[in-house]
Amino acid sequence: MIRNLLAVLPEIHRDDGGPIFQNPWEAQAFAMVVALHDKGLFTWGEWVEVLAQKIKSADDRGDTYYSHWLAALEQLVIDKKVTSFESLHALEEAWDRAARATPHGQPIELKNDPAFIPTKA
Amino acid sequence: MTHSHDHGHEDDHGSELSEAALRVRALETILTEKGYIDPAALDAIIDTYETKIGPRNGARVVAKAWADPAYKARLMTDATSAIAELGFSGRQGEHMRVVENTNELHNLVVCTLCSCYPWPVLGLPPVWYKSTPYRSRAVIDPRGVLKDFGFELPAKIKIRVWDSTAEMRYLVLPMRPEGTENLSEEALADLVTRDSMIGTGLPLKKGRAR
Repeated sequence: MIRNLLAVLPEIHRDDGGPIFQNPWEAQAFAMVVALHDKGLFTWGEWVEVLAQKIKSADDRGDTYYSHWLAALEQLVIDKKVTSFESLHALEEAWDRAARATPHGQPIELKNDPAFIPTKA
Repeated sequence: MTHSHDHGHEDDHGSELSEAALRVRALETILTEKGYIDPAALDAIIDTYETKIGPRNGARVVAKAWADPAYKARLMTDATSAIAELGFSGRQGEHMRVVENTNELHNLVVCTLCSCYPWPVLGLPPVWYKSTPYRSRAVIDPRGVLKDFGFELPAKIKIRVWDSTAEMRYLVLPMRPEGTENLSEEALADLVTRDSMIGTGLPLKKGRAR
């Protein structure tokens, strides 16, 4: 009965132990941060600082949380000079072309991009 | 890093990735190429947090503290080590502190900045823990927050709010429900809910275990 009451309360959205990740990309973004921290690219304090900045201005119901997480990850890898905004952007476009060139249901691979140029090993 | 993609309609038979999925793939490609990450390791991390780490770990810690006074003493003085005794340690559990609920004091945990949370004992945080309403209201109006979660704290019980940080994570030790003297540790653990370890809930009553 208590659960029914809670369901109609507007302010804080509770969950009943729902899925941890709403979309596969959220899980990937989560894991990349954990892996990069394990690798020593940044301290957890540095990560929290950037993540908190991204969250600060947003009115977040918690469901857009991983969007902030992703934006923070992009900023941190650029800040750490691992890559540049331009490189990331070019790769996003390549993945977009690759997806569109991939028949529905087939695994999407970067080499499906019609403009794909293999990088030298 | 938002940008628009030119979504044509002539390629109906192709696949489509969301903007977020494209950004994640771009990151993963570049980080893999440069040797920062290994896709197989990412899968292992995801599997761990989706299936192996969750609030059942914390429930075992609480149940043991209820059943074993010597363990509870260790937990209250050095939570990180006492929790590691049960095999729960690692990322975001390096610096743990346990705060105990009593007849005079109720503890509530929040992270006002983002979402700092003790992963080894509770898994990843629920959606509401990460939301702006919870993060702001837990500090301003903790009693109101508890009401939203379905219980009214008697006025004589003080409430203390603990703000988690990257350096320190808190776990609430709820009060042991009455009439549970004869229960085993396993049965006690079944009464411990995730919310009771954050302070937004109470343990289940005896006979109400899930």
